Amino acid sequence: MKFTTAFKAIATAGAMALMMSTAASAVTLQMHNGGDPGTLDPHKASGDWENRVIGDYIEGLLTENAKAEAIPGQAESWDISEDGTVYTFHLRDGIQWSDGTPVTAGDFVFAFQRLFNPATAADYAYLQFPIKNSEKINSGEITDLNELGVKAIDDKTVEITLEASTPFFLDALTHYTAYPVPKHLVEKLGDNWTKVENIVGNGPYLIKEWLPGSYVRSEKNPGYYDAANVQIDEVFYHVLEDQAAALNRYRAGEFDILTDFPADQYQWLQDNMPGQAHVVPFLGVYYYVMNQEEGQVLSDARIREALSTTVVREVIGPDILGTGELPAYGWVPPGTNNYVENAYQPEWASVPYEDRVAHAKELMTEAGYGPDKPLTLQLRYNTNDNHQRIAVAIAAMWEPLGVKVELFNAETAVHYDALRAGDFQVGRAGWLLDYNDPSNTLDLLKTGISQDGTMNWGNNYGRYSNAEYDKLMVQASTELDLKARGELLAQAEKIAMDEFAAIPIYWYVSKDVVSPKISGFEENAKNIFRTRWLSKSE
Amino acid sequence: MLSYAFRRVLSAIPIALIAVTVCFFILRLAPGGPFDGERALPPTVLANLRAHYNLDQPLVVQYFIYVWRLLHGDLGPSMVIDGFNVSQLIAIGFPFTLTMALCAFVIATAIGMLAGMVAAVYQNKWPDYVLVLAVMIGVLIPNFLMAALLQLWFGVYLKWVPAGGWVNGSLMHLILPVTVLAWPHAGRISRLMRGSMIEVLGTNYVRTARSKGLGERLVLSRHAIKPALLPVVSYLGPGLSYLLTGSLAVEQIFGLPGIGKYFVTAALNRDYGVVLGTTILYMFIILALNLIVDLVYAWLDPKVRYR
Repeated sequence: MKFTTAFKAIATAGAMALMMSTAASAVTLQMHNGGDPGTLDPHKASGDWENRVIGDYIEGLLTENAKAEAIPGQAESWDISEDGTVYTFHLRDGIQWSDGTPVTAGDFVFAFQRLFNPATAADYAYLQFPIKNSEKINSGEITDLNELGVKAIDDKTVEITLEASTPFFLDALTHYTAYPVPKHLVEKLGDNWTKVENIVGNGPYLIKEWLPGSYVRSEKNPGYYDAANVQIDEVFYHVLEDQAAALNRYRAGEFDILTDFPADQYQWLQDNMPGQAHVVPFLGVYYYVMNQEEGQVLSDARIREALSTTVVREVIGPDILGTGELPAYGWVPPGTNNYVENAYQPEWASVPYEDRVAHAKELMTEAGYGPDKPLTLQLRYNTNDNHQRIAVAIAAMWEPLGVKVELFNAETAVHYDALRAGDFQVGRAGWLLDYNDPSNTLDLLKTGISQDGTMNWGNNYGRYSNAEYDKLMVQASTELDLKARGELLAQAEKIAMDEFAAIPIYWYVSKDVVSPKISGFEENAKNIFRTRWLSKSE
Repeated sequence: MLSYAFRRVLSAIPIALIAVTVCFFILRLAPGGPFDGERALPPTVLANLRAHYNLDQPLVVQYFIYVWRLLHGDLGPSMVIDGFNVSQLIAIGFPFTLTMALCAFVIATAIGMLAGMVAAVYQNKWPDYVLVLAVMIGVLIPNFLMAALLQLWFGVYLKWVPAGGWVNGSLMHLILPVTVLAWPHAGRISRLMRGSMIEVLGTNYVRTARSKGLGERLVLSRHAIKPALLPVVSYLGPGLSYLLTGSLAVEQIFGLPGIGKYFVTAALNRDYGVVLGTTILYMFIILALNLIVDLVYAWLDPKVRYR
């Protein structure tokens, strides 16, 4: 009798220990996330390191699948009006914030009003400017937030009216600027709603801890509608900007995923950890802008042509950076949606290099420069090893033309301040697409807008201006037929590139390292991989 | 001695005010602002942001707003890290940086003094050479390289300690960062200690002590150590402030939640509030450390006390 009691006790204890050990062996994903998030508020975020955290705890009307394509999120379906300007979204049943409050159409209306409200000062509000009256509300021209083209028909139905048909609008809705925020909480707490002790979410994970400089920690949201299919229980998003240190920690087994690595380690990774490094074309272009303002040397298209055609792009990716970035000759990255099949490729790209240099020398002579009268150009870049290497290489490529390059580097804030002020001759810049559509890069070359007597050139640092280009861009923005729209945009790209509006150098790549323990990682051009699609085995 | 300390504290107030003023205006002279990122913000958004942080006011008005808030203990918001204000960032990061710096300080001071004494006693013999080598390694290898090397050896190859990161209360996670911080500090202290010890051992009163038949151990402990400590003590204040402000590379490479990095990154980001907040904090630390060192000096050296 005593023996059986003792046996039972031991068995119970053993079973309990077993249960506890399974509970303790919750699946934890250790993700390297790069920078320290500046915010957890979707309306204030601006970086991919914020997107990784925020996109796991809030879900918009649409969300991304494992390949980062737009799929139904909080909305299970939608209808689009004939003319493409009115979208009606039907929310899922039973969706709720993590405090139990239902997610309603009112939360979306409130969120969009907050995004455009000038008082919110949202960095990326402009990404949703296709929405009717949004830009006017954001600029303060309209003060009644209810004029915005986002309405709640009832608790389960959101209606969004656009200024004009926008083919990439569904894709834009996966962006964090389109996420809902909990109306009941924001009205009560204001900006303090994102403090970890207050925060709620409607996504697959919930924020539990934020230690600035070290990590953010989230746990699986049991109330998420697809929680049954979410395998990872806990996620650490680690702050670590030093790429070499991040690789060391990956090798030590402390990280499961690296979201960047030093380019010069790519070969080492391929040799020693085959199949783990993923270098994938990323929607973005690395380029040099040339100041084309009147009176500037580079307003002469001949000199721009000489400079652009003598940059040997093929050596930059494989040899100078080491990660094999593809050479860029056009302005719209390959893989961009809603575009023509054949990417722009200039004829001179297939001319042998020697002939290109000979032609460029002629152009320089025509423009009044030569061995007796060398051209001195200042090349500005923001302080960074890779930017420096590329600048040095390109300066050497321009030397045979009799161009003397003065390199000038400055920290990021100073660099971009100078570019915006037009205080440069040649400057390094880069653009990663905000949404998957050619207009997102082509808009960079539109003529500036005159405001209060001064020209606002936005991100068109080189002040490139061509009336025909601008006209094509306007035409494209009202063209409903996607194919015809793509053709118009392609014509615009050709005009700008034939005039050497800028020097595209390479297409960006994303660089991830993924442990063999992780499955569900799908390479994609947006480099977005939400944790809910990943799983981890020991 | 009390009135001396009191006078020193009072004199710190105008120094602090001047430092805040100079720092405030110099920061604004630098080109670029907190919202000059890779992308131009639409003018409306930029105007909203600037209004939100009072940056649209005349600079002098902004200065008085800042000083007024400061007098009420409010260091203002961070313009780049939206989730926290400057006081909160300091409250989270500073205790960590302080803990790490104090650990490194205590360990480095103890090891440095001991090593310096040994090197002085065995001057130009093998223990001296071994210690010189160890010191040189610590002083000459910059700390970001040292951090990366130790991380690779002990975190990746040997797996004795974590390669980085922070788990609350875990001593194992502090071993590498503290070593990196402590090594050059210990090196400098041992050099100072060796030099001053050799000098003291050659003085007349030590010769007198020896000649009256005292054992070498007694000569060292009773007569040589205290005067030999003087240069070391005067280095300890700047040394600790160096440890506190110099944790940038260590924090960044090991991914630690301290404030050393804000001191540098905030300046690059033009995050005015954070730059001023950390500068004020460090200014008070340096003022306080200098005061403490002067008081300790007065205690150690009668010449200072009676002057």
